[in-house]
Parts: sequence; C-alpha cells; structure tokens
Amino acid sequence: MSLEEFENRNVSEGAYYKVDIADYPETGWDKAKQVFSRAIKGELFVGLGVVMREMLKFDIHTVKYPLEKLPIGPRYRAVHEMQRLWESGTERCIGCGLCEKICISDCIRMDTKIDENSRKQVTEYTINLGRCIFCGYCAEVCPELAIVHGGRYENTSEQRAHYTNYEDMLTPFDMALKGQVPEYPGFGAVTPHEDERVKSTPLAY
Amino acid sequence: MEVAYIIETLIKIVVILLVFSALAGLGTYFERKILAFMQRRLGPMHVGPYGLLQVAADGIKLFTKEDIVPTNAVGPIFKIAPVITAATAFMAAAAIPFLPQFTLPFTDYVVHPIVADVNIGILYVLGVMAVGFYGPLLGSLASSNKFALISAARAASVFISYEVITGLSLLAPLMMVGSFSLIDFNNYQAGGIGDWIIWSQPVAFLLFWIAAFAETGRTPFHLVANDHEIIDGFGTEYSGMRWGLFFIGEYANMFFISFVIVLLFLGGFGDGSVLGAFAFLGKMAFFFFFFLWTRAAWPDIRPDQLMWLCWKVLMPIALINVVITGFVMMF
Ligand code: SF4
Ligand code: SF4
Repeated sequence: MSLEEFENRNVSEGAYYKVDIADYPETGWDKAKQVFSRAIKGELFVGLGVVMREMLKFDIHTVKYPLEKLPIGPRYRAVHEMQRLWESGTERCIGCGLCEKICISDCIRMDTKIDENSRKQVTEYTINLGRCIFCGYCAEVCPELAIVHGGRYENTSEQRAHYTNYEDMLTPFDMALKGQVPEYPGFGAVTPHEDERVKSTPLAY
Repeated sequence: MEVAYIIETLIKIVVILLVFSALAGLGTYFERKILAFMQRRLGPMHVGPYGLLQVAADGIKLFTKEDIVPTNAVGPIFKIAPVITAATAFMAAAAIPFLPQFTLPFTDYVVHPIVADVNIGILYVLGVMAVGFYGPLLGSLASSNKFALISAARAASVFISYEVITGLSLLAPLMMVGSFSLIDFNNYQAGGIGDWIIWSQPVAFLLFWIAAFAETGRTPFHLVANDHEIIDGFGTEYSGMRWGLFFIGEYANMFFISFVIVLLFLGGFGDGSVLGAFAFLGKMAFFFFFFLWTRAAWPDIRPDQLMWLCWKVLMPIALINVVITGFVMMF
C-alpha cells in the first residue's frame, strides 16, 4: 500500500461499485419471461448441485463441543493463573501489589506479611472474576511473571466466592515438585526473542 | 370368506398406521440428517448411535408436554384440527397400493397390500388429502393468534391455487389410462420403463410434481408455516402431542404423495415381481429425498408469487397439455 493510499482517510473512495440490477419487470409478459429465463438458466439446479456436492464431499465442520474443543490462541486472556518457580516450587508472587494497583476494575485484593525469613509473603490474594474485564493489565505489569492469563474459559459455579479462589488459580504444588510447570507461553509471559530486542540504555542523555 | 376379508383389512389398516407413524418419525430424522450433511453439519448425534433414537426422545417429549389451549382460542375446533390433519393423511393411504400383491408364505392366501381398491382411487386420495388442509386452516383460525391468522389466509390461497394444477395436470394421464384406480394406472405401465407415463406426459408429470410441493407444504412453497416469517403459522399456539399430530400428518403426507407420484407417472411396482417392489420403494425414496433436497437448496417464494405461478403460468400449460393430449388421442 502506497503512502498516499494509506493517508487517504476517505475510505469510501473507489471502494464501492454499483451492482448491476435489471429493472423490475412491469408487464405480466415481462414477468413470465423473467421466470422462464431464470428457470431455464438452471439457477435452481445449480443450488441443488451445490448442496449435493457438499453432502457427498462430507467435509463436516461440526465440533461436538463439550466432548471436543477447538484449540485456543496462546495469547487468549481467560481466567488468571498464578505461577510457581521452576525448581523450588515456591510461589512467584512477591506481594509487590502492582497488580492490585493497576487493576482498572479494582477487583484484585491482597494482604501480605513479613514471614520468618524476612521475606514478604502473600497471605490473601483474591480476584473477583465477576468484576474482572480480562484486560490483561495485571499480567502485563507483574514483574515476576507470577500472574498470567490461562486458557480456562468455562466458568460455572453456584457460589460467587468460587470465582475469587486463589488456590484454584495457583499451579498445584505437587505439579511444581514434579517439575511439571512448563514455561508459560500465554498472555503475561515474556515475548519470544526478548533478549535480541533488549537495547542497552544510553548513559548520556 | 367375509370374516377373513374383514380381519385382513383390519390387519392391513393397523400395519399401515404403525408403519407410517414410525416412518413419519424417522422422516424427521432423515430430514435433519440430510439437511445437516448438506450444510456441513452432523445433525443429531447424541441420543443413540448416530442420533437414531432422537425420534424416540422427541416422541417422549411431545407426549409428556403440557397440552395448552390458549384463553381466547375456540376450544373444540382448536382441539380437533390436528386430528383432521393426521387422520386425513392416513385415510388417503387407504387407496394407495404400497406393494404388489403377494402370496403369504406356506399358504395360498393372496394378499393385496391396498386397503380398498376403490375404482375412484386417485380422486379419493387427492380429495382426502385436500380435506387435510382443513387442519391448518381451522387450527389457525381457532387459535386467536395473529401469525396463525396470516397462516390461515395463506393456507386458503395456497389451497385454491395448487388444487387446480393437481386436477388439471392429472386429466391428461387419466384420459390415456381411462380409469381412476391406482392399480389400473400401475397395470397400464407394467410393460417396463418404456411404458411409463412420464415419457408420454412429461408436462403433466412436472406440473403434478410442482403441485405436490404445495400440497405437502414443502419448500419452495412452505408458506403456511414459514418459520422465518410467521413463526410456525398454524402451529404457533400448539404444544405437545397436538403439535406432534400436525407433524405426523405432514410427514405421512410426504410419503403418500411420493407413492402416488411413482404410481401415476413412473411405473409403480411394474409387473409385480420382487424386483419391481424394491424399485417401487426406491423410486418413492427418491421423491421423498427430493423434498429434503430442495429444502436445503431453494428459497421460499411469496404467497402472491405462488398464486401467480399456479393460476397464470401452470394452469394454462396444464390446459394446453389436456387439449393436445385430446387431439393426439382423437387422431
Ligand atoms: S485482567 Fe484487568 S480487570 Fe482483570 S484482574 Fe487483571 S487488571 Fe484487573
Ligand atoms: S504484580 Fe505479580 S508479584 Fe506483584 S503482587 Fe501482583 S502477582 Fe504478585
């Protein structure tokens, strides 16, 4: 696309054309002629042929949904997941509170304390999924890649409280011990080839 | 003799009722499957193998649903209307031979698979099928619903249009055969494919076939209960088994009219051999399939277009056909 085309804000220019529609038949004889020409041109039989061809090809596109699911894009933003560290399996979240601060619908609540190793520990962490708009800011801002967006898009519950459960979002500890926490490719993770894209900060301004 | 005849007739009636009620149910299954395949879907799959038991599930649902009669509806007429549709559909079957006559195995008892070979067979079949239109007409007038009312008006207009074509298109073959009995029609064409009336009366065949679409209310003449315009037309206020009766009537009608087309124009069961019987059922199945095929492919036309087509295009053609047949037969 050339620059002029790109900068042309008048999008309708050249994009529309008039469809060639014949005038409506006026007299009865003209109507009869139209009916016969349409019937003899075989448009009806073209239609029959098309559906028959599709039936014989048997190229079925049905997905039997609860039994089968379509793959979902890795950057899809569904219910959050809280990640653990690879080797030790400790929770990645350091309780910095950035996600709570940035959340535009104010649905993250957390509470922290200093634990016996003088590290900050998260004691309460809830996301009210009833309010969350899945904007992805929390995953974007997290410095530890702790909170990310997973692919779980089916949420049903009788209890509103179930939508906020931190334990549900947290990767199960036994999985982490078995080394089954894969590097997370989805929303919130570092984009691929990030190393090559990092530029050294100039010292002089 | 008399007792045997009565018992035989009763058995035949029961068999036809059972077979065609079941076929009407299966017809809905075939329709859903074939439409689905033509639209690259799978259709019913969950109830039973390949969704075969879907019919049973629908049956249970229809039987057990609450039967609602709306407040302002005319009760008795509202209640009797579906029965008219279903009953007339099955009554029409009385004069249709469904198979060639055969001898019962191990006996010498000859069975004629036709309930009553009346000598005005085709008149009777078409007449009773036409009475069936009272079902939608009365049902929609009685149910005090504006969509049903539109449906009633359409039913009347469709009815007066297609009946002309059915009658006039049949006149020419009737003149050739010289009998109203469907058995006589079959015997007239028993000599093989060359004897089929479709070769001598192709125009009449096409006209009758077109009228059959209006008669059974199938796309492209699906005006009386056109879902996307007038909800379900006459069926809007119906629920449960009453609505189911309309359905059974409609699908049974499709089967019966397919039998009639084959008997009239395509040689019926021919010389009555086993092969002929199978060919008969095969030809019938094609016409039934064609009803489903067009539903997947063709749009519906407007009621005024249907009337225009029937009265101004098809009726003159039918008349000319009758006249030409007369001249050919005379000289
Ligand atoms: S996705 Fe957006 S709305 Fe949801 S918790 Fe994160 S920041 Fe808040
Ligand atoms: S931004 Fe990340 S590390 Fe900081 S509190 Fe939120 S989840 Fe924990």
